[in-house]
Amino acid sequence: MIPFDYERADDARSAVATVAGRPGAVFLGAGTNLVDHMKLGVANPDLLVDVSRLPFDVIEPLQGGGVRIGATVRNSDLAAAPVIRQRYPMLAAALLAGASGQLRNVATTAGNLLQRTRCVYFQDVTTPCNKRRPGSGCSAVEGYTRDHAILGASPHCVAVHPSDMAVALTALDAVVQVEGPSGPRSLAISDLYRLPGDQPQRDTVLEHGELITAVDLPELPMAARSSYRKVRDRASYAFALVSVAAAVDVVDGVMRDVRIALGGVAHKPWRASRAEEALRGAPAAEDAFRHAADAELTEARPLRDNAFKIPMARNTMVTVLRGLTWEEGR
Amino acid sequence: MDVEMTLRVDGARYRLVVDTRTTLLDALRERLGITSPKKGCDHGQCGACTVLLDGRRATTCLALAVAHDDAEIITANGLAAGEELHPVARAFLDHDGFQCGYCTPGQICSAVGMLDEVEAGWPSHVSEELAGGVELDDEEIRERMSGNLCRCGAYANIVAAIREVAR
Repeated sequence: MIPFDYERADDARSAVATVAGRPGAVFLGAGTNLVDHMKLGVANPDLLVDVSRLPFDVIEPLQGGGVRIGATVRNSDLAAAPVIRQRYPMLAAALLAGASGQLRNVATTAGNLLQRTRCVYFQDVTTPCNKRRPGSGCSAVEGYTRDHAILGASPHCVAVHPSDMAVALTALDAVVQVEGPSGPRSLAISDLYRLPGDQPQRDTVLEHGELITAVDLPELPMAARSSYRKVRDRASYAFALVSVAAAVDVVDGVMRDVRIALGGVAHKPWRASRAEEALRGAPAAEDAFRHAADAELTEARPLRDNAFKIPMARNTMVTVLRGLTWEEGR
Repeated sequence: MDVEMTLRVDGARYRLVVDTRTTLLDALRERLGITSPKKGCDHGQCGACTVLLDGRRATTCLALAVAHDDAEIITANGLAAGEELHPVARAFLDHDGFQCGYCTPGQICSAVGMLDEVEAGWPSHVSEELAGGVELDDEEIRERMSGNLCRCGAYANIVAAIREVAR
């Protein structure tokens, strides 16, 4: 680790001003990803502005029926919150599928959103990586690609986003509240994340100094009937090969509405809009689920080692939809 | 950059000056000589450095000491009441829940924190119902303890020890 200065933020505005005014400064939450990257030499900030004790550790109702999740709410507290377990079960399930008990107890909501890819080349400073060192090349594209993207990748980067929580938030159309040098703004989570294109060093559209202060869940009654399924190499404590978050609204055996997002397949949590489109108004039946999953994956392009992810994503989508609608078929 | 700070560990209070780069684990082991939490992977993957941090189980290798000024830390050592072992530590002995013992202080702190989480009604990845009502069967114990590795492979006996305490 290179030497760095440390400041504890008094409030969001001064934290933003401090980081915005110093190119080498970054925000520190719990540090479970950042401190690891500092040890590895992946991140080399010269100032940490600690925002973990800012008063954003509250889950509160929003006018209009939604829920506001403060940026420093810990992952375990969010997963345990009754309002999340009852009204947005896919979010609780996604959180519980991630990391370990020890890490969930400290990891923050905003930190979870902004954690970085676990691509082995990104984390290994001895190898070229466009995300870590722009212009140095991508070691993965012709290397070990079992964990990498099948959708939305570019010749410059084939990494996937690692968060489980963000997949559920993407299916839920969450809105991210941001404080920045020129004031606050709101971003739909689908606009927060970006595909790699020719700038894979940017995971999100956030500018230097912008701070996430909260994540808003919209009122979404159908989310009470939702789930998250994660497929991985171990039964626990491993990143997703493929994951699926979904919610359904079924009336008389017909899919009135549906929300689906995929994890482990792209540079960002992947909203399965084509599958949703194919399913709206369709019967809640196996054939329709398969057709919708295939529609979503028509643009999927496997790399050398990850062609298995295409049938895995398809089967996982079908399994989740079947699980959410099985009582309709009885 | 050096920073002056306070840590409360196993009931004692310490003033110390740390370089900002110092992890909580290194502050405990190298600066205060408190060697109950162990350094395994140093990347948050093995759980050997687990303590109770302000009442909750947490790894100390990914925490910067400077960010935890005035924190209250209980290590496996501090769980004992004088000469009397904590029930979880006792159960690890009774069930041979270790071989070399290196991961054991982290396992014990993790188990103590985990049992509190169950008591609070927190669901896990394998819970049938997210809504509540956890029955701590072996599958639940294994899932909830997945952040603690044991390279001797004493898992079967670790599960047995925790099962006994939970009963």
